[in-house]
Amino acid sequence: MRLLTHNLLMCNRKGCSTNNFPLRINATNVTSESTDFNPDLIRNVLPKLDWAALSQTVGELSLPGLPEACPAADDDTSLQQLHQLIIDTHVKEGELICNGCGRSYPIKNGIPNMLLNEDEL
Amino acid sequence: MSRPEHLAPPEFFYNEDEAKKYAQSSRMIEIQSQMSARAIELLMLPQDSPCMILDIGCGSGISGGVLAEDGHYWVGLDISPSMLDVAVEREAEGDMLLNDMGQGFKFRPGSFDGAISISALQWLCNVDRKGHEPWKRLNVFFEALYNCLARGARAVFQFYPETADQVDLITRASMRCGFAGGLVVDFPNSTKAKKYFLVLYAGMASGGGPVELPKALGTEEGDVDEHVAYSAHRSREERRRGKRVSVKSREWIQNKKERQRRQGREVKPDSKYTGRKRKGHHF
Repeated sequence: MRLLTHNLLMCNRKGCSTNNFPLRINATNVTSESTDFNPDLIRNVLPKLDWAALSQTVGELSLPGLPEACPAADDDTSLQQLHQLIIDTHVKEGELICNGCGRSYPIKNGIPNMLLNEDEL
Repeated sequence: MSRPEHLAPPEFFYNEDEAKKYAQSSRMIEIQSQMSARAIELLMLPQDSPCMILDIGCGSGISGGVLAEDGHYWVGLDISPSMLDVAVEREAEGDMLLNDMGQGFKFRPGSFDGAISISALQWLCNVDRKGHEPWKRLNVFFEALYNCLARGARAVFQFYPETADQVDLITRASMRCGFAGGLVVDFPNSTKAKKYFLVLYAGMASGGGPVELPKALGTEEGDVDEHVAYSAHRSREERRRGKRVSVKSREWIQNKKERQRRQGREVKPDSKYTGRKRKGHHF
C-alpha cells in the first residue's frame, strides 16, 4: 500500500466515527520502487492530501524526505520529493490499526485486508 | 450464457485457476480492456489531467492498466485474494485493497475524481450467505461510493444484469443514495455486442443544470425514453381535483403494493384475487 492511498483511507467498522483517521501503520517491511515522476498528477493530488496526517505517518515510519510544509504547485523539486514519498513508498507487510476502535487490518503482499466480520457491519 | 454468480460466491469463484485465466487468456484481457476503455470514455474526465480513480472489483488489474495508460492513479477494491495476487504478479500500477463492496468502504470525502467498475455490480444482487440482503448491500455500497466521490464526479459501471428487476433494483438503490444518471445500453439490437453501462453523477457539476446522459453506441436516436410523457404531472393534477382513491379498494391496494415494490420490499405478485371482496358479505 502506498502512502497516498493510506492518506485517504479510514476505518470502516460500524460505529467507529471518531479518531478513525489516519490509521496507524505497524510496518515490518517497507520498500521503495521508483516510478516515473508525473508532476501533473502530484499537483492534482496536493489539495486532496491531509498534510498533518501525512507528516504523522511519515514520522511513525521514520522515513526521510518530507518537505516542511505542503509545497507550492510550481516547486518541482519538492513535488518530486513528495512523489517518492507518497507513490514510490510501499508498505508491504504489517498492519493498519485504528486509533479510535483499535481494529487491526493486516497487510499482506502489499494489500491491506479491509474485510469486516458480520458483527462489525 | 453461463452465469458465474449462480455457481459460487465471488471470493470462491475467482480462485487461483479462474484468476490465472484473467492473466493468460488474451481474449478475456481484450474484452475487459475494451469495456474499460469505453467506461473511461463515459467518465468524461477533464482532458490531459491525471485523476484519482476508484476501481471497484479491480480483479487482476486489467481495467487499471487502461487507466494507468491514460496517466491516472487508481485504487482498486476486490474481494478475491487470488485475483489480487495475480494483479500483484502482473505488476499492476495501482494500489489495491481486499474489500467486499457490499460492506462499504470509507475514504475521506471527495477523495476520488471518478469511479469505474467492470463486470462486478451484478454480484451484489447475490445472496451468498445468511444475512445477505441485496437491497441493503446495494445501499451500503452506493452510500460509501457517494461519500468518497468529489462533487460532480461520475461513476460508470459495466455490468451484466440478469433480469429487468435487477436493473431496477440497482438503479433505485443508487438514486436513493443521491446519485443522478441512468442506464446507457451500447448496441441494444445485438445480442453479442450489447453492453450495459450504469452512468451515475454524484451531485451536479460546477456548471449546474440538468445532466444529459451520454449517447449509447450503435443506436440511431440514442436512448429511448421509457416513461410516458407528463405522467407524474397528470397524477398530481388528478389528486388536486380531489379524485381520492377510497381506502381498501383494489386500486388503493395496488398503489400501496407498487409503493412498497419501489422501496425494495418483498411484495406478493398481483393476481385476479388481489383486492377482491370476499364471498358472502353482501347484505
